[in-house]
Parts: sequence; C-alpha cells; structure tokens
Amino acid sequence: MSIKITLEKCIGCGSCVSVCPGSLIEVSGGKAAIYDPKRCWGCASCVKECPVQAIALYLGEDIGGLGGKLTVRQENTLLYWTVLLPSGEIKTIITDRQKSNQY
Amino acid sequence: MKTLEIQRITTDFLIIGGGTAGCYAALTLGEHTGAKILIAEKADIRRSGCLAAGVNAINAYILPGRKAQDYVDYARKDAEGIVRGDLLLTMAEGLNKTIVKLEQLGLSVLKDEHGNYAARGNRNIKINGENIKPILAGAVSRLPQITVMNRLNVFEIIVERGRAIGAYAFSIDEPILQVISAKAVICTTGGAAGLYRPNNTGFSRHKMWYPPFNTGAGYAMGILAGAEMTTLEMRFIALRCKDTIAPTGTLAQGVGAKQINVQGEVYEQKYGITTSQRLHGTVIENLEGRGPCYLQTAGISKEQEEDLQKAYLNMAPSQTLKWLESGKTASMENVEIEGTEPYIVGGHTASGFWVDTSRETTIRGLFAAGDVAGGCPQKYVTGAFAEGEIAAKAALKYIDSQVVILSDAQVKRVQNRLHVFLNSESQISIDSLEDEMQEVMDRYAGGISRHYRYDEDSLAAADEKIKELSVKAENLSAKNMRELLYIFELRERLVLCRSVIAHLAARKETRWHSFAEHTDYPERREDYEIYINSRLTDGRIKVFTRRLIKEGSVYEH
Repeated sequence: MSIKITLEKCIGCGSCVSVCPGSLIEVSGGKAAIYDPKRCWGCASCVKECPVQAIALYLGEDIGGLGGKLTVRQENTLLYWTVLLPSGEIKTIITDRQKSNQY
Repeated sequence: MKTLEIQRITTDFLIIGGGTAGCYAALTLGEHTGAKILIAEKADIRRSGCLAAGVNAINAYILPGRKAQDYVDYARKDAEGIVRGDLLLTMAEGLNKTIVKLEQLGLSVLKDEHGNYAARGNRNIKINGENIKPILAGAVSRLPQITVMNRLNVFEIIVERGRAIGAYAFSIDEPILQVISAKAVICTTGGAAGLYRPNNTGFSRHKMWYPPFNTGAGYAMGILAGAEMTTLEMRFIALRCKDTIAPTGTLAQGVGAKQINVQGEVYEQKYGITTSQRLHGTVIENLEGRGPCYLQTAGISKEQEEDLQKAYLNMAPSQTLKWLESGKTASMENVEIEGTEPYIVGGHTASGFWVDTSRETTIRGLFAAGDVAGGCPQKYVTGAFAEGEIAAKAALKYIDSQVVILSDAQVKRVQNRLHVFLNSESQISIDSLEDEMQEVMDRYAGGISRHYRYDEDSLAAADEKIKELSVKAENLSAKNMRELLYIFELRERLVLCRSVIAHLAARKETRWHSFAEHTDYPERREDYEIYINSRLTDGRIKVFTRRLIKEGSVYEH
C-alpha cells in the first residue's frame, strides 16, 4: 500500500508535502518524491490534494495488489475517483462531500 | 559537528498534537479567551492524526429517546466494568453539541424527513467525514489567537515542582530545538501503533488500523514525567478486512453482514457481542480449524455494493481499490476478516493518563484528552471532541500562573542529549531495532502469532528483552532531523512497551479475551474489579491498584 508519483505530470507545487500525516513527501528539483514508500499509511490525503492527478494510490503485491492505480480529481464538492486497471480499463466513482454516507 | 539552534517561544496554552481532540480543545479555548494558544503538531493539522483519510460515521451520539447514562452503561458493559463512571458521564453529556458545531463548520450530516440526524444503529449517526480534518483545521485558522506550528515534534514535557510549564520540541525539517514555555499544557497526542508486529510485515507493514505515525508520544512523555497511568493492560485489537485492514463496522452495521466461519456458520452470537468477544470469537474459530472467517456480503444488492464502495472511499480507499481491481466485489464474494495487532488507544479502551473529572493529569497544569486519556473508552470522534472541550475549560480555570522561563543551562543539557544522536556513528539501524521490538512484543507479550496470549514467564522475558533494546536505542545515530524523529518515536514505543508489560503482568486474570489473555489466569476474578495504575519513580515502574469510581461522583487527585 503506497503511492506512485508520475514525474511527467508533477508540477512541483508541493501541495502534497504538507498534507501527508507522515511527512513523507519532499519536493526536490521541482518534483515530488516519497521518502520511503514502505512508511506510507495509504490514507490518500496527497492523492486528493494533487491538482494534476500525478499521485496514485496502489496496493502492495504483498497484500494482493494487482497494479491498479487510484487517482482523484476534485471539482467543488465532488470527488472523481478513477481506478486505472492493469488491463487499461478505467472505472470512475463520484462522491460528494455534501452527501453523507448511506452506511 | 551538527548543532541545533535554540529558539524560545512563549504561549499561554500549549496543545501537543493537532488531531481530533487537540483541534477541538483549541477551538474551545479560542471561543472563551483571547489568550495565546499554540498547537504543536508533528505533521500538519489538515490531515494529521487518525482521521487523515476521513471517518465514515459518528459512533458516539445520544439518539432521541436515549440518555447519556445509557451510553455510560453500554461502555461499562463493553469494558467488563473497568471504566471511570465520572469520565464516561461527563463525556457522554458533551457528545451531541459537538456535532451541532461541526455541522455549522461544514460537516455533512445525514438527516431524515423530519430534519433529525439519521440513525445508524443505537448510538450512531451518518455523516460524510472525508474532509473532517480540513474542516477542523479551517476553523482553527480563522481564530487569530491560535498559532499552529506544523512539522514540530514535541518530545518532552517540562515539569518543575510538580507543574507542567512547557515542552521541548524539534523541527523535523531544520536543525532547531524549540523551547516552549506555557502556562498550561494540553496533551492530545493520540494513542500508540507499532508496538507489536503488524498483520502485514513486508512492504505494506504500515497498512494498519491506527496511524503508524501515532507512536504513543503522549503516554511516553507522561510516563517519563512521572504521571500516573491507568489500564494500559486493556489493549485494543480491531477486527478488520484482511490485507487492507479496512473497517468492518460499515459492512456489519451498514448492510447487516454477519460474521461467518469457513463452513458458513454464523458465529458472532456464540462468543458474546462485546468488542473483545467479537474479536475473540474469530480467534477461536481459526484456532479450532473453522477459519478463515468472513463478513457475509455475497448477495447484497448492486445498489448496496455501490454505496459501500463510496463509503469506503470516504474513509479507507484501499478497500474500494481492492474490490475494483480484483473484480471480486462485495456482492460477489464475502470479505475475509482478521484481528489486527494490539494497540494502546484510550479512545477505544480505557488506557492512558489517569485524570481527574476535569481531565487534569496527576501533573498540575497538564491536561489530557482523546486517545491519550485513560478511564473513558468508546470515545470515538465525538468523545475526543467532548474531552477536548472539557480539558480546555479546565485549563482556562487553571491558568493564572506566570510563565516559567528555563535557564540556559537547563536547555543546554537537553540540546546536548540531541547532539549525541546527531553526531555519533552507529552500526544499528533504527528500522532493525523497531523490528526487534515488534518481534519481542509479538512473541512474548501476546501478539498475533501467539493468538494474543501471554503468561508470567513470557512477560518476564518480554520485559528483559525490551529493556535490552531500550539500552541499544540510546546508541542510535541520526543523519538528519527526520532520523532524529524516528529515533524518538522508537524510544517512545519502547518506554510504553515496558509499562504495558508491567500492566499485563499485574492483572492476574482474564477479563477481556484477546485484549488481555493471561493463560496463567484464564478466568475473570472478582478481586480484580479495580484499576491497575502505574507511575515511574526513580527509573522503576511502580504498579498499584485503585478502587472503581462511579458516575455521579467527582474524582479529584
């Protein structure tokens, strides 16, 4: 369970740096990098914060991860959660911060 | 030689840790005083603490037709009697108004057709808590008298003549030792993860229930400062979805999924329904060859499945990712469950600082709230808020003392201690010592591999080995401030481990299966209807007992 940062997409804005509850992300040379992927809790705070969807959440192979990548785009109160599957298939789920969970 | 620059800062109120309880304490203070409030936070209050990913529901709420006393009764029953009635009642009375405030601040709370909060179960209401931390942080930033210092790690509470007068901290980015002088200190550092070997031991070792960044700093600082601690033997072990360690309550309460064994038998009623009994049942089913165990979700409707996927995105997105990438969704396949490693967390069990009814610890001017405060289990989010409020109001009453400024010589001594770590060479790695500690706790102090069981001999061995590791930890070296942080986090865990072991040994009974499973004393004993408390005196952990305190009374130190 950790994050992958796509360097071509990263604009080096540093938004992810401050929201990491483990202070694990640093920006150097204009790009974000995770200090140690093993230390990531998987909370997805940085994934939601990234304005260009350069950060994706993935499951480690040791917990059955298959290579899917989860990114999030925010638009007002809406969160567009997109899973890119290894097959190339894309699945999107929209949640609304103003809508409570049903469960 | 690497040196730390000394900086000094003076405040009226110091809050250590800007999580759930800490932010709420700051907001309460800010509404009542123009005095200076400082939040010292190791990460960044926007996403720090256990609510980083969000929270799915409010689990401590007094629904219409119910009373605060009902909540006390529930929590007492769940903890088999070892609770503080005064703390539970004052917390329960404060729960509901915190949600009104959070809703005003922008939290989404589900309402029914009459405009009342929609219930989930007996004590719960439905929210969207994905952004609960940014909401709290936003409210904190709007109060001008509150200063937030993010990325500042507090490592020692300064006590003089029995009073807390401030704290030492270091920046995790720059070589700065911060000396904070304060008139009152509120400790809201959260509980402790990472003491025991976790479910996932490889790459995903931090994929755990509680934040791996909550290292028990408050417990350790309190222990080392000589504060009295209570009920550290009541460990918390969560029942979680396998691999992702995501919550199971949403499946159980949301879609009514039952706990079943591999033969498809519903076993959850068989062992009782308290938190520890539900976990214990799963342990026994596995031990007796009827595992693995599952939550029976197969067959739920497509609509339920989609709502579940959304709910998990708002608190534990890895579970939704797992469902989607495997293609084996909740309606198609039951969700396998397992017990986590043990944690020490006073928001769920009764472990933590021994406090009076106002949440003052046994150190004058040091208050505690949330997961770090003992005696008051089943707090959840609203209980942490309510305790933050109680502690803040008590700190407001306490404050009239002058700020004590420490002498340069005192500060220099602390600076020198840090310089040793920064300038020495060590062959031992911080991570390898952490692994050793987790292995010792797992094997000898009742971890996952021992089905949470221990006995007198194993605890004695655990204590001996943790003592050895504590000595080794003093010889670690740090290349930079980040490594200095990791050394201090490991030391905090080691300090707490020793106290936990002492408490486990002192409760010579088995009152809570799995949470404290003493195989030399497998039965519950009436003479253990008492609190096990401890205090570090002259380097030794002194363990003693106290009589139970009921609600209605006010306990003073």
